[in-house]
Amino acid sequence: MQLTNRSKVIAKKEMSFMERLYIPAILGGLAITIKHLFKKKVSLRYPEVTRAFAPVYRGMHVLKRDELGRENCTACGLCAVACPAEAITMDAAERKSGEENLYREEKYAAKYEINMLRCIFCGLCEEACPKDAIYLTDRIVPSEYKRNSFIYGKDILVEKVDERIDVSKRKNEYSILN
Amino acid sequence: MPKVTIDGKTIEVADGTTILQAARMLGKEVAPPAMCFYTNLKTSGGYCRTCLVKVSKGSDKDPRPMPKLVASCRTPIMDGMEVQNNTSPEVIDARKGVVEFLLINHPLDCPVCDQAGECHLQDLSYENGSAKTRTEFERRTFNKIEIGNKIQLHMTRCILCYRCVKVAEQITDGRVHGVINRGDHSEISTYIEEVIDNDFSGNVIDVCPVGALTDKTFRFKSRVWFTKPMSAHRTCDKCSGKVTLWYQGDEVLRTTGRKDQWGEVEEFICNTCRFDKKLTSDWTIEGPTIVDKHSVISANHYEGMIIPNELTLNDIKKLPLLEKNTDGNTEF
Ligand code: SF4
Ligand code: SF4
Ligand code: SF4
Ligand code: SF4
Ligand code: FES
Repeated sequence: MQLTNRSKVIAKKEMSFMERLYIPAILGGLAITIKHLFKKKVSLRYPEVTRAFAPVYRGMHVLKRDELGRENCTACGLCAVACPAEAITMDAAERKSGEENLYREEKYAAKYEINMLRCIFCGLCEEACPKDAIYLTDRIVPSEYKRNSFIYGKDILVEKVDERIDVSKRKNEYSILN
Repeated sequence: MPKVTIDGKTIEVADGTTILQAARMLGKEVAPPAMCFYTNLKTSGGYCRTCLVKVSKGSDKDPRPMPKLVASCRTPIMDGMEVQNNTSPEVIDARKGVVEFLLINHPLDCPVCDQAGECHLQDLSYENGSAKTRTEFERRTFNKIEIGNKIQLHMTRCILCYRCVKVAEQITDGRVHGVINRGDHSEISTYIEEVIDNDFSGNVIDVCPVGALTDKTFRFKSRVWFTKPMSAHRTCDKCSGKVTLWYQGDEVLRTTGRKDQWGEVEEFICNTCRFDKKLTSDWTIEGPTIVDKHSVISANHYEGMIIPNELTLNDIKKLPLLEKNTDGNTEF
């Protein structure tokens, strides 16, 4: 019975002598292999050589600080509600007097965790953030031995005061879009 | 009984009903927003002007239109009255202006504010406001006031709707806070920051449409959309004991009165129920509160959301948006 009209009837005809020798087919295969030896290589010798990233590359997150070194994030939870992978969790705390140089707003994230195993690097957290706090960068999330090590806390995510991470390219990308 | 037509829909209502109440009976599509009117509070309404509507025909006896837009929460209907709400560009424009005025001094620090996600001003400005601000001067700010150890007043966010004052007047005995000063300088204040120790004082939190009066026991604990509301009750000798518990995991983070679809509490609850009973064992759980599927609260995979009925092709054809072309077929 014919199920669709796309099926083809295959004729099973006897192979000729030349075909049964297999040598022309083997030579044809070798020719393809040898041709590739002289082509430009598509792979890189990572990690000695790295590929240049597109400015829109979405890699490991960074939690930004402002010009005065205060954390931007106010634990508003918008990134977590926007995250389709439910990778982000946080706990808020109230800024005490004397901590104004640490946190920009009166509320801050006491705990902020991203589960890098869940994250799909979609960048929606970055888009949701009203405080310019979270950005995806061109850094790669390294491999780990334990699943627990993929839960990144503030110690990894927040940029160091003296080692700022440049996200101006991503900001530019947004300004082109808007 | 007098008849009133709002946005083309006609309804018969009892004498003395206001336009706003009649519109609410007709449903969400025609009801104007309200920031200061509160059904359970006498003499509320008339302060914020968000509920402005156009009366295009005064009544059957006197069909002249009203000269200006009127506050629907304070205007009783007349027989044969015709009202335009969302169908009048004038009303839409005026409402946009009102929102701009309400926001002139508002900090809009929603990322920090505990009210975000259930804030009427957020909804209002999202639906009716403009995305830009045209003013440059400094917004007025106030220091936070602790009203007792459970309630916090952050006047910076107040829109002076007077609801909390009405609650204090009508539900508690002997109110100790009110509005002082005038015009741009008006502020809600307590009498020398006196502690309100009244069994029902906590209701000012529920009636406040913005994040000016908030629950200190919930302060910065979570965000509304990470909590799951459950209807629950307990036997209470002071109030009805019917509340909504806001859970995060197994923990009750906050207790509020039950709110209806207009965001108004059905029954005021006492402070014992609100602040002191935070264990599941204190309550009889009735089940998840139904949350509007457009609310951000339902964004956190909230199971109780209503799933819309599936449309059949016939239903789709009846939708007003689709125009019929000349040979009677629906064009998609
Ligand atoms: S990039 Fe996407 S998946 Fe990853 S944390 Fe942000 S929102 Fe979640
Ligand atoms: S990173 Fe941005 S969106 Fe996420 S909690 Fe912090 S301020 Fe809010
Ligand atoms: S009161 Fe409403 S609009 Fe104002 S900051 Fe709070 S959530 Fe935002
Ligand atoms: S504190 Fe809240 S309820 Fe009281 S007047 Fe201000 S906005 Fe209205
Ligand atoms: S709700 Fe009518 S004036 Fe405020």
